[in-house]
Amino acid sequence: MTTISDIQKKIKSSSARAVVENALRLARDNEDYHALLNLTEERALKRADEVDEGKITGKLAGVPFVVKDNFLAFGAPTTAASKMLEKFDAPLQATAVEKLEAEGAICIGKANLDAFAHGGSTENSAFGPTKNAFDKTRVAGGSSGGSAAITALDVVPFALGSDTGGSIREPASFNGVVGVKPTYGMISRYGVVAMASSTDVIGTFTTNIADAEMILQIISGRDDRDMTTLPDFFEIQSDVKPGLRIGLVNDFMTKDVDPEVLARVNEYVEKLRASGHTVEAVDLPMAEYSLAIYYIIVPAELSSNLARYDGIRYGHRAEGVMTLAELYGRTRDEGFVTENKRRIMIGSYVLSSGFFDAYYLQAQKARTLLINEFNELFKKYDMLIGPVAPTSAFKLGENTADPIKMYMCDIMTVATSLAGLPAISVPAGNSESGLPIGVQLMGPYRSDASLLALARSMENK
Amino acid sequence: MVTDDILEKYDMTVGIECHVQLATKSKLFSGADNDERDKSPNSVVSPIDYALPGMLPVLNRGAVDLAIKAGKALNSKVAHISRFDRKHYFYPDLPKGYQTTQMYLPIIGAGVINVPLEDGGSIEVRINHAHMEEDAGKLTHYGSFSLVDLNRAGTPLIEIVSEPDIHSALQAKAYATELYHLMTYAGVTRGDLFHGNMRFDVNVSAALKGADKLGTRAEVKNLNSFRSVERAADYEFRRQIEILESGEKVVQETRGWDDNKQKTTSQRSKEDAQDYRYMPDADIPPIVLSDEEILAIQSDVPRLSSEWRKILQRLDLNYLQIETLLDAEFEYHGKISFLESIEKAMDDIKKAKFIANWNVNMFIPVLRDETFVRTGIDYLALESAIYDLIEQAKLSSTNAKTLFNELIKFDELPNIEDYATERGFIQNSDIDAISGIIDEVLSDISSVQAVADFKNGNEKVIGFLVGQVMKKSGGKANPGLVQKIIREKIA
Repeated sequence: MTTISDIQKKIKSSSARAVVENALRLARDNEDYHALLNLTEERALKRADEVDEGKITGKLAGVPFVVKDNFLAFGAPTTAASKMLEKFDAPLQATAVEKLEAEGAICIGKANLDAFAHGGSTENSAFGPTKNAFDKTRVAGGSSGGSAAITALDVVPFALGSDTGGSIREPASFNGVVGVKPTYGMISRYGVVAMASSTDVIGTFTTNIADAEMILQIISGRDDRDMTTLPDFFEIQSDVKPGLRIGLVNDFMTKDVDPEVLARVNEYVEKLRASGHTVEAVDLPMAEYSLAIYYIIVPAELSSNLARYDGIRYGHRAEGVMTLAELYGRTRDEGFVTENKRRIMIGSYVLSSGFFDAYYLQAQKARTLLINEFNELFKKYDMLIGPVAPTSAFKLGENTADPIKMYMCDIMTVATSLAGLPAISVPAGNSESGLPIGVQLMGPYRSDASLLALARSMENK
Repeated sequence: MVTDDILEKYDMTVGIECHVQLATKSKLFSGADNDERDKSPNSVVSPIDYALPGMLPVLNRGAVDLAIKAGKALNSKVAHISRFDRKHYFYPDLPKGYQTTQMYLPIIGAGVINVPLEDGGSIEVRINHAHMEEDAGKLTHYGSFSLVDLNRAGTPLIEIVSEPDIHSALQAKAYATELYHLMTYAGVTRGDLFHGNMRFDVNVSAALKGADKLGTRAEVKNLNSFRSVERAADYEFRRQIEILESGEKVVQETRGWDDNKQKTTSQRSKEDAQDYRYMPDADIPPIVLSDEEILAIQSDVPRLSSEWRKILQRLDLNYLQIETLLDAEFEYHGKISFLESIEKAMDDIKKAKFIANWNVNMFIPVLRDETFVRTGIDYLALESAIYDLIEQAKLSSTNAKTLFNELIKFDELPNIEDYATERGFIQNSDIDAISGIIDEVLSDISSVQAVADFKNGNEKVIGFLVGQVMKKSGGKANPGLVQKIIREKIA
């Protein structure tokens, strides 16, 4: 698959314009995957010319990329794959996009997602699902399905996504690319349509680890516009520390997980051992509750974050309404998809008077216990390993009728989200039918660089 | 009508919530201008205030500092850890669909303030807590549509919540007034009441004297003057008693104050109360403060009204005189300090009291006269000089006033005694000279009868004699001194 340095060589040998035009052509050729909602062609070509004219320079001068369409970015509407924001033109750009542009990277399009990032298959997009890069009858995963698929289809060498409970890792696994969910607070959330404030992170899709490291180095860091960002700490590690102690999470290696997935994880474990690391089975008993915790806290937070979509100031507004209540009701009914409404209702319920203590507070307490368990494990182990998702990419429509079944896909990714820990999905081979399967590496708070160094050392082994 | 007899049967209990607009340059969570006065609608609104997708709050540290200062003024503890929460409801003046406030861990904890009353007494009012929050925007309703102005959306406020320690309408007014002084003196707010910089919600209940439970309360919202606080409390108390006397029950509800009709009207009852779905705001890390930080910030608080009051009370000034001085001090803040001039004179209590009175009766009324133009003269020096001349019996109080009113218009002060002499204001206090005139008067034939009468015990005739001396001296003799010498000479 194409790497950033492959692209940079092409830019040198031809031009940024030729490379960007090629990416746009590839995007059009792959239109039936529905990975992108809009191209930012005019702006992309203009910027490519400016790179060729030497007006734009930087580490990524002329390198095309794609952002998930919940990032505010110029050149096309920022829709969050919803009717609510179908025509919303962002007046400013997300910090991550600004930082990439400052290094000369060129955004060529906005990637499909589950509307407002609610989902694990991109089937909740108001504009139709994204198809898996390896099998058009299967889902791309989600919610960053478009970003994962467009990277896997080699249209661009990297894409940005967001991960609230697995939304980068699961589609990365399903499409055979590297997906990084950094430590909470490593990358500014400014300018990204919020889902759940306490677990939302910005991350990357790349075809290899080194590219992920390079992009993370550029987009990470303290941002005065996001108070939850941490002081700069990400620093690429050239070599992996030898003899790491790694824990294989028993609670993720259960009979409910597809045997082929278990097989790929075990193979990866063997390779780790062969490389001189120790791998031991470990227990994370609270993992059993992480999905329950997640589906209380995250709907609570998103019900709040979605309250601003009221049809008053921007976005969709219902027509022909007579009262304020009708304006709110109809606007939000028309602007949100079913899954948005389901989560808003769950969230409003768990926050309502009389239920707050029983649900939200209880979930926060359980979350603290989960974090404590991770802390205990990381006293003994440097990293943890497990599957990303219970299966490889499932069929389009297979899980849409059963939201619980759909939520179960997140079971191995939500724990690290709740704890704010870094976790990455790295390709670990395919299923017999040729579908990619990823393995998940998880590390302590702010261990992003060492996690990536380990993954890089294991590449092509 | 509730008669005084019936009023006497009941106790009034009042608790007050006061919203204070903080005098920061920018808003609580954005860089937009915090002074929305005279700005066109929606002109001081940032993408954060507008709640654009992807926007995150950035806490204004200046607002936190002002809250810490408010904590000092309220004599209340500042929390080491406080946090913001979201209060949800849908309304077009609330762009995010929630108000960012502090529900669970407010920045200011419990305390107590002393509230002086008009009658010279005082009450203690406990502060339950005070929390930071943002203001909402403003809606203007027209027949078939409404307009939204978000200029005020995101303005930093602190809400000060009192315990129900207030038991009369006058106390309610005094409490509101004292909060105003404390908040303005601490520099917490601009204190522009006309523009709603301080707004009061007054919770009133009535219960039969001796009852072991408080009555059902009604909350009168959004009062923006001390007078309306007093009137609303009084009106509400009477309204509730009328209901109770007729055997009905008071409904717990929110009421508004109609300033034109001077009455409260129902807005919504408890049954319509919204479920605000409070939750911690994960976008804003907790505010963590050490004792050292708190002290450092509070050490910047200038002398508070309560401290000035203690100084002024040594001068036996009454409530209204002190109020006049405190109000004027804030009104002319940074230009003239009446209180400092009084304090400078405190070594001589009599002089300090004179200057305080002079400020209240002479100086402040002149300043407030719109035609008056201030110059750069040293007002304290002028007042001091006048005091000294009066003390030396060189200046009568009438002449002192005239002299002051003339000199206060000067661009530069002349030698005041010379000027007064030139203007013929100086009383003759030269005892020899006066004695001479007195001798002349007493030996005059026309005085014989009066002197005789006085010796026979008719005190009144001394006035006639003093008058004669004054006449002869051309009005320049000091009448007190004249009388004293006459008495000595006749006795």
